Amino acid sequence: MSTKAQRGAGGPAAAEQPGSPQETVTISFDGRPLTAAPGQSIGSALVAQGIVAWRSTRKGARPRGLFCGIGICFDCLLTVDGATNQRACLVEVCEGMQIEGSCTPDDGSRA
Amino acid sequence: MNDTTTGRTERADVAIVGAGPAGLAAAVAAAESGAAVVLVDAAAQPGGQFWRHRPEGIVQERDGRGHHGWKTYLDLRARFDAGRERGQITYLPGLQVWMAEKDDAGFTLRTTPTVAGPVGGPAVAARRLILSPGGYDRQLPVPGWDLPGVMAAGGIQAFLKGNGSLPGRRFVIAGTGPFLLPVAAGIAEAGGQVVAVLESSSPAAWLPHLGAAAGVPEKALEGAEYAAVFARHRIPYRTRNVVTEVLGSGSRGSSRVTAVRSAKVDAKGKVRPGTERGYADVDVVGFGWGFTPQMELPLSLGAETRLDADGSLVGVVNERQESSVPGLFLAGEVTGVGGAKLAVLEGLAAGAAAAVRDDAARAAPGLHAMARHRRFAEAMHRAHPVPAGWQEWLTPATVVCRCEEVTAGQITEAREMLEARDARTIKSFTRAGMGWCQGRVCGFAAACLGQGPAAPPSAESLSSAARRPLAAPVGIGELAALEPSDS
Ligand SMILES: Cc1cc2nc3c(=O)[nH]c(=O)nc-3n(C[C@H](O)[C@H](O)[C@H](O)COP(=O)(O)OP(=O)(O)OC[C@H]3O[C@@H](n4cnc5c(N)ncnc54)[C@H](O)[C@@H]3O)c2cc1C
Ligand code: FES
Repeated sequence: MSTKAQRGAGGPAAAEQPGSPQETVTISFDGRPLTAAPGQSIGSALVAQGIVAWRSTRKGARPRGLFCGIGICFDCLLTVDGATNQRACLVEVCEGMQIEGSCTPDDGSRA
Repeated sequence: MNDTTTGRTERADVAIVGAGPAGLAAAVAAAESGAAVVLVDAAAQPGGQFWRHRPEGIVQERDGRGHHGWKTYLDLRARFDAGRERGQITYLPGLQVWMAEKDDAGFTLRTTPTVAGPVGGPAVAARRLILSPGGYDRQLPVPGWDLPGVMAAGGIQAFLKGNGSLPGRRFVIAGTGPFLLPVAAGIAEAGGQVVAVLESSSPAAWLPHLGAAAGVPEKALEGAEYAAVFARHRIPYRTRNVVTEVLGSGSRGSSRVTAVRSAKVDAKGKVRPGTERGYADVDVVGFGWGFTPQMELPLSLGAETRLDADGSLVGVVNERQESSVPGLFLAGEVTGVGGAKLAVLEGLAAGAAAAVRDDAARAAPGLHAMARHRRFAEAMHRAHPVPAGWQEWLTPATVVCRCEEVTAGQITEAREMLEARDARTIKSFTRAGMGWCQGRVCGFAAACLGQGPAAPPSAESLSSAARRPLAAPVGIGELAALEPSDS
């Protein structure tokens, strides 16, 4: 039960699902390699690694990650292979994808 | 050069926006009535919110585990695919409609890719248009709701259905309405722990509406199914309870949800002193206060609107799902939030009606069933209102507009000092609703705050909030391409 409950909070979560293919893709987030499951959204791949914020607000430098989950709120914006302002909840990971967040430097939320 | 500039246009008898339960049904019905159909959908594959599923290229979800009405989906999907094979349905996934226009010949849609790509989207032109863009979770701000780890309840559901995994470990689900039940049940069945479901209303609120509920017996069955899941996983379901604050820890930039404070409320949503309690070790909080239909496209075409029983702005339609704009049909959440079954029935009716060449109205199918579902939806809305007193849960520092970081204090100040009452005036004074999401997330709350605690927001205020020049953000290039040019 406890391993099940961990799902999504650590490790390449979706790959353990029944019916999922076992192979994984490697992406990079702010230069750091991460493993993800094919078909996962970027947002879910980051959250699976414990990364819940990848952007800071302009005024208050408050951390932001997923909120609406369906492309409405634009809280989850990041840069994908050089394309700015992409929604992490909508874009599927693929092999070699380079992802950059925009958290302010004092921000430890990517750990 | 993108496709907008090269002027590629897809033409059809009937254009449809949205491939959710309503749009999918509409496409099938229109094609089976002989029309040529173009369907545009922002998502990468059909299903909408209700039948969102894992990417088909990776996982085939044949058994429909975790879905409801999956048989209906498979049936519609088979007919949809058959329509595509016959060449009658052109399916354009991964494109967002950012503008809709009407002229004598019919309707033109401008599209842009959902995910950045090398080319823009084609234009779509059709004599008739069916809009079935669905909606999104309605939100009420509360202190701490902008911490990472706070999500829309439907967003958690979408995460689970789309990825097959959970966005955290220990969840509190809060807000109002029966939709909180499938969200919590889905989390528990996927191995997450639901610490509590906090429902602001009370089961007694259903008593005056039992007649309407009895008209849709399958809802009772669904309810029993959730009750079983709640019992199996020991999920506490606490009525007349609300989250009063979401707490986080970590330094300012790195903070995320760690705990939740709640309290019991009276029927008006007023906190009962002494009933506060805390939930520790929580990493995801899901909020859902019903849904807000996506009204920008119907509004931009001039469709008549009304306030529905849940306080949402929705489109007015006749028995054939036709709006006040001739040739413009609406189906699904945009005519009133009523669930996927009703959305399918409305889609079938709209598709059949839009495909008919002359205006000789043929009787719309499914009228009785639609009436039953609408009565149930109205009962649901009345039993699960947005609590009148919700504004008292805020502090002046609570962020209301997440994009522009406008606080409750700034909005009430604009109301008191500057007489800003409707959402549009509040927006111009405070910038609430001016950011990336164009007020989709804060529009309802800002309209409530402008109105003050005494009354819910008016249709005028909500429609001023929902009028958006662009239904999706587009690049300057796509805007410029609208100008007639020789290129
Ligand atoms: C996040 C979320 C999750 C939900 N999950 C459930 C659930 O599990 N169970 C339940 O009973 N109800 C759920 N609901 C309620 C549910 O949405 C409805 O009951 C049902 O899906 C409505 O069907 P629809 O066809 O009207 O809209 P939807 O299913 O929302 O479909 C609308 C489609 O239109 C597309 N679209 C919208 N705007 C545009 C545009 N401008 N251009 C192109 N495409 C566009 C969307 O991408 C979407 O695919 C959920 C709602 C939300 C918001
Ligand atoms: S989470 Fe809202 S747009 Fe991605």
